[in-house]
Amino acid sequence: MKIEIDGFQAYCYTGARAPDVSRPAIVLCHGAGMDHTVWTLVARHFIRHGRSVIAPDLPAHGRSGGAALSSVPAMADWVIRLLDAIGISKAAFFGHSLGSLVALDAVSRHPDRARALAMVGTAVPMPVSDALLAAAKANDHAAFEMLTQFGYSKRHAFGGNSNPGVWMTGATLRLFERSKPGSLFADLSACNAYTEGLERAAAVLCPSLLVLGAEDRLTPVKATTALRAALAGSEARILAGSGHTLMVEAPNTLLDALGELEHGRGRG
Amino acid sequence: MAAPQGPGFDTLSLHAGAQPDPATGARATPIYQSASFVFTDSDQAAALFNIERTGHVYSRLSNPTNAVLEERIAALEGGVAAIATASGQAALHLAIVTLMGAGGHIVASRSLYGGSHNLLGYTLPRFGITTTFVDPRDPEAFRAAIRPETRLVFGETLGNPNLEVLDIPAISAIAHEAGLPLLVDATFTTPWLMKPLELGADLVMHSATKFLSGHGIVIGGLLVDGGRFDWEASGKFPTLTEPYAGFHGLVFSEEFGPSAFIVRARKEGMRDFGACMAPTSAFHVLQGIETLGLRMARHVDNTRRVVQFLTGESTVSAVRYPELEGHPDRELAAKLLPKGCGAVFSFDLRGGRKAGIAFVDALNVFSHLANVGDARSLVIHPASTTHHRMDAAALAAAGIGEGTIRLSIGLEDVGDLIEDLRAGLRAAAKATGEGAK
Repeated sequence: MKIEIDGFQAYCYTGARAPDVSRPAIVLCHGAGMDHTVWTLVARHFIRHGRSVIAPDLPAHGRSGGAALSSVPAMADWVIRLLDAIGISKAAFFGHSLGSLVALDAVSRHPDRARALAMVGTAVPMPVSDALLAAAKANDHAAFEMLTQFGYSKRHAFGGNSNPGVWMTGATLRLFERSKPGSLFADLSACNAYTEGLERAAAVLCPSLLVLGAEDRLTPVKATTALRAALAGSEARILAGSGHTLMVEAPNTLLDALGELEHGRGRG
Repeated sequence: MAAPQGPGFDTLSLHAGAQPDPATGARATPIYQSASFVFTDSDQAAALFNIERTGHVYSRLSNPTNAVLEERIAALEGGVAAIATASGQAALHLAIVTLMGAGGHIVASRSLYGGSHNLLGYTLPRFGITTTFVDPRDPEAFRAAIRPETRLVFGETLGNPNLEVLDIPAISAIAHEAGLPLLVDATFTTPWLMKPLELGADLVMHSATKFLSGHGIVIGGLLVDGGRFDWEASGKFPTLTEPYAGFHGLVFSEEFGPSAFIVRARKEGMRDFGACMAPTSAFHVLQGIETLGLRMARHVDNTRRVVQFLTGESTVSAVRYPELEGHPDRELAAKLLPKGCGAVFSFDLRGGRKAGIAFVDALNVFSHLANVGDARSLVIHPASTTHHRMDAAALAAAGIGEGTIRLSIGLEDVGDLIEDLRAGLRAAAKATGEGAK
């Protein structure tokens, strides 16, 4: 669906139907340079299980207009305004990479709007290398290639996708190539500048889950120690053999983990 | 700034798509010769059918062995995904029916494999899909033939049998200006000689029976989605951009972005037309691809030496190979095919049909059959076999004469190939009275 936010058309995937605001809602936040399509399998699952799923394209991403937002809090506030416009008062916030920071910030600063938090492929803080930032700033294709190559575990550099016939790194690279000029740099800069993440994590009141790739080279598991300590009562699932791009590398185990958070154990 | 490099071509040829078998640890890709796969529970079954979880349901739709092959060719071509089909013809058919229905129109090179020409020229019109054939050496002819109802531009990387080099950058630009994708049949070149997606093509198909396999023991096809074509911006492809009643209103471009085409092809085309590859065939194709780089280098080297031999023979009136001086595509070939122009080419014998028959019958190392891309060297007389349904005018337009011979150069010792050809030329000369050196 498309809906006007801040004077421009914002797009969110809702499963080819208008969102039913009477159902429990889930917001799916994509990562840097990506769009809602990274969440297609997850979205389809929870829609079938009676959830109202909102998978937005952040401003200047995918099908959304507007200019790219420059900070994680600005993105979180935009997501909240999106929910306001749709008429959703409370939701579970699931995010990947940059999207996990957006979800964290939204949940932390708007606790009355959140019933659960899942951070997938995450770390707090989430520093970005100067080389990557420079390439993204220059809209250099090398930025896409760096994120694609390092976004997968070494074993998945050779593929072995459980989704038949899909060459993982090829599909990810092509999605990056669709991003609007400047949007990836804005996203990575926002990740790099988000220094209040641990403080925000300490203020989270709802149930929370971390889903991490054991071989993540962009946000390694060891970089989540402080986050796990700050998120009181959080659980962590570490997916063997996977890197940062968990929706592609481990779609079924990711879905199991998210299902446990959303439905409770044994009902995923 | 240097970007990190992924695995190289030969490494991908051996490893792409494959992991040690999770059930047994088998290093080689196992043959999952099973029609169907057990669901873990009812919810997983529903999730697989609803495209929530990944996995396999029924081997017409997907199969673990085929999936390795599909990933491997997608990796080698630089695409997003691929589908293995029952044959190259099935891959071409799958591409067409995913993009259009009755009323659709194709602009195609007129220098095509005979089977493709039959499909486009004779069979698909019965189903309301028509084709305009144009000179593959004239990009503007492609532009001129595009109509409002055109939905696809199609050609072969090297025309069959005369090796016209398709100017993919120019023709793809013309197609894209019209909001159309370019599908390229890359059977003759394989990704080792050329990667059409990097040159501007949007979709690539192969007869996997040929050089990809190399052994000549399977029939199979592959269709690769480059993932760059913007189906929504084009506005000409409702199968990809509008709700599909056959899948609960799914809009493929909305949910699958760069993979929209290939997902529709699998979810509809494989489901409904069902021209799937047998898992054992996929295994055999994989064995071939493992040595693709090594074999193609030898194919090209042998071919260059055979071409050199034939050009010096007085009983040969013409040799068509794009690396030769005077070939109309020599400059384009140097640009698009720097590693070589493949191992299939044609030449004309003096003495016409009679010479051709005598030549073919005298060969001993070369096998007379209707195939190319085998490890063994092959020969055929197109006018009486692969292109026999074309009338004289169509044959002439495709550059095929009564004495035209097509060779597919294999991996044998090249001296043996040349001696065999020398014997054939002597027989042709004797049969027709043409002088031989």
